[in-house]
Amino acid sequence: MKFGIVTFPGSNCDYDAYRAVVDALGEEAVYLWHKDHDLHGSDVVILPGGFSYGDYLRAGAIAAHSPIMREVIQHAGRGGPVLGICNGFQIACEARLLPGALLRNASLKFVCAPITLRVENADTRFTSGYERGQLITLPVAHGDGRYSADGETLDRLEGEGQVVFRYAPDRLQAEESYNPNGSMRDIAGIVSREGNVLGMMPHPERAVDPVLGRPDGLALFESLLQHVAA
Amino acid sequence: MNRFRVAVHIVPRRGLLDPQGKAVADALHTLGFGAVQSVHVGRHLVLELDAPDADGARSMTREMCERLLANPVTEDFHIAEVGAA
Repeated sequence: MKFGIVTFPGSNCDYDAYRAVVDALGEEAVYLWHKDHDLHGSDVVILPGGFSYGDYLRAGAIAAHSPIMREVIQHAGRGGPVLGICNGFQIACEARLLPGALLRNASLKFVCAPITLRVENADTRFTSGYERGQLITLPVAHGDGRYSADGETLDRLEGEGQVVFRYAPDRLQAEESYNPNGSMRDIAGIVSREGNVLGMMPHPERAVDPVLGRPDGLALFESLLQHVAA
Repeated sequence: MNRFRVAVHIVPRRGLLDPQGKAVADALHTLGFGAVQSVHVGRHLVLELDAPDADGARSMTREMCERLLANPVTEDFHIAEVGAA
């Protein structure tokens, strides 16, 4: 299975994503240059974290109109999986692959910490390796992660099972401080209505090696592998 | 074709939490400007562009706002000024 990882000017998690796919998952990965119009036969596209185009205008806004995004949007339109992580989630929203937007953290602080998430939907192609309600720990590192959408969109996301990950309290985090950015309804990750585009602020690709802590992100990549191979 | 200078204001949609605006309002209160009820921090863009007339410049700018300059989910835009460059 082949993963295509887009490198935008200012991407800084493309290498992490590459290592997660190649070293931890044992699959093939290629970098896709933002100016190209070729996915090189990728089965899955990863929009990685970083600060594409310096986050000028709005986080993800300029990257969403990069040349490669035409092919990424077509790939998504054909039902191809797209994984947007952190800045990639912002880009996916700006490209309208996902509803809503990510705004400045309510605290106005850049948050860099391991965070507890609850898996809300384990029936997606990204999360079948988890169990519903499972608490996992992944790192977050962002300044613009406050998921926002109008009430109707939020209700629809909840009703259709599109909320995949939510920030959740655990025994170490106080009830009122578990949500790192003020996201509406504690949303950390959502899938598209068709289920083939996942956007999430936390970084599964940075949690795939036990050397670096709990490898809770690996199951996400394994889920994708299982789904595409099936 | 004529050259126009177009000014656009982009502001967070009312009702959405605006932590930047709140931080600025708090600082103004600290300075003694107790009259300030709220602050919203947005962006001000100035474009120079070529169009047949002012209406053309305005409609082109509106399309640019809808497609890139403003986020339709969270922001409102206002074309504040269209003048000769």
